[in-house]
Amino acid sequence: MNQIPFGSLEEFLAMGGYAAYVWPVYIIALAVLVANLVIPFRTERRILRDIARRLRREQRGMQ
Amino acid sequence: MWVWFHKLGSPRHFYRISGRLLPWLTALAVGLLAVGLAWGLVFSPPDYQQGETVRIMYIHVPAAVMSMVVYAVMAAAGFVYLVWRIKLADLVAAASAPVGAWFTVLALVTGSLWGKPMWGTWWAWDARLTAELILLFLYLGYMALYNAIEDRRSAGRAAAVLALVGVVNLPIIHYSVEWWYTLHQGPTTRGMRIAGTVHPDMRYPLLTMMLAFGVYYAAVLLKRTRCLVLETERDSAWVRELVKTT
Amino acid sequence: MVSVVKRDLLLAVRHRSELVNPLLFFLIVVSLFPLSLEPDPRMLATIGGGVIWVAALLAGMLALDAMFRPDFEDGTLEQLVLSPQPVAALALAKVFAHWLVSGLPLMLMAPLLGVLMNLPGEAMLALLATLAVGTPVISLVGAIGVALTVGLRRSGVLLSLLVLPLYIPVLIFGAAAAGDAAAGQSIAGPVLFIGAMLVLALTLAPLAIGAALRISLE
Repeated sequence: MNQIPFGSLEEFLAMGGYAAYVWPVYIIALAVLVANLVIPFRTERRILRDIARRLRREQRGMQ
Repeated sequence: MWVWFHKLGSPRHFYRISGRLLPWLTALAVGLLAVGLAWGLVFSPPDYQQGETVRIMYIHVPAAVMSMVVYAVMAAAGFVYLVWRIKLADLVAAASAPVGAWFTVLALVTGSLWGKPMWGTWWAWDARLTAELILLFLYLGYMALYNAIEDRRSAGRAAAVLALVGVVNLPIIHYSVEWWYTLHQGPTTRGMRIAGTVHPDMRYPLLTMMLAFGVYYAAVLLKRTRCLVLETERDSAWVRELVKTT
Repeated sequence: MVSVVKRDLLLAVRHRSELVNPLLFFLIVVSLFPLSLEPDPRMLATIGGGVIWVAALLAGMLALDAMFRPDFEDGTLEQLVLSPQPVAALALAKVFAHWLVSGLPLMLMAPLLGVLMNLPGEAMLALLATLAVGTPVISLVGAIGVALTVGLRRSGVLLSLLVLPLYIPVLIFGAAAAGDAAAGQSIAGPVLFIGAMLVLALTLAPLAIGAALRISLE
């Protein structure tokens, strides 16, 4: 397959001088992708919790 | 056959099926993204013209492609909702909009970061970037309209009409912007295409990333639609049963 | 259909003062450009086509609100939609009437503004040609936006957000034609393209407007 075109970690981080452009791209992309995946997971759990809470309140109210 | 189609539109059925699919889909999305990112960032060669900045392509191009795919899905789902009144279609459209908008923002930001070293400016009125900017306006308008109308049903239907008008306009917009751009090209062709012919060593990581973004969208879409299903069906019997058993 | 056009025109004439506002806006906006930049005649001539087209778009947007809102508020719109005639045909009639009192006057005012922006004769003619085919597209596409938002309070800004991106193709070709003409080139391309958009809008927009009106009236 392909070889790693970077000789060292420093070279990798430097990105041929374009580090100021390449790294922000990947960092921003990662942030957006992770956030958009994680947030719905938490939202679903929150909604289920809210419904459960309301259900318990209703049942208590009926007793 | 009709029974299956009808069941497909049932929110409860959707919730159950998506619940079983989602773990696999999410794992696949994360895996593909990891492979694609590693491949694009580490295991692929630099471009002889653009140097290491070509690695931006592995994010920019999939994001731009998905921004348009998601809009098409949104418009199609809206169409299904308008014609067949399947509520799930409306939820799919509503769930897709923010994701598509984020893809568009990502495409614009990465395009700008790619443009700066290539063209020397943070923003260049390149044909593709300009069309992408207009697409962002279309997404924002869609979401604004959806939020502005109080009745959920009317909001979904109005937004669906808007999405369809947008989808008809998209090719027109692309053509116009291309035409406008070539009109204003200077003799120094600074406006080189961001993604020209792709070297085979770059083609595979790019395809992997595009597939990864697609699977990712599917996973996020299912998850977001599940949330909308729960919200709109919270008073129904099956949701109450579901909550009791969890 | 003809009766709808006649009625709308009568109403418009009665509210003459409202018709003038978009035209004044048109004039003022164009005047802002030489004031904000330098009044160098050559530069003005270069940007003139674009500036006038942008101002026409914005002025046209201001005029859009009058299209369905008054009828919505007094219930006439509901009656029109419920009438036996196809909504699309009625929509087309209303848009035509609206264009007669908004788009057409804008077009007629353009030469005056061309003088302000120091446009050469050929560019002025090109501008008129593109406005002639373009303003109906503005009215038709704008009507879709109005129909979608007519039930909302204070929908003005939302309307602009929805509709301005859709205007961009018309703007591109309309403004480019003025530049082409000034450079001595034929404007057939841009005019034909806008013409094609007009044909598309004439066939599809009434359907969208009808659907949007029905949704807004629910």
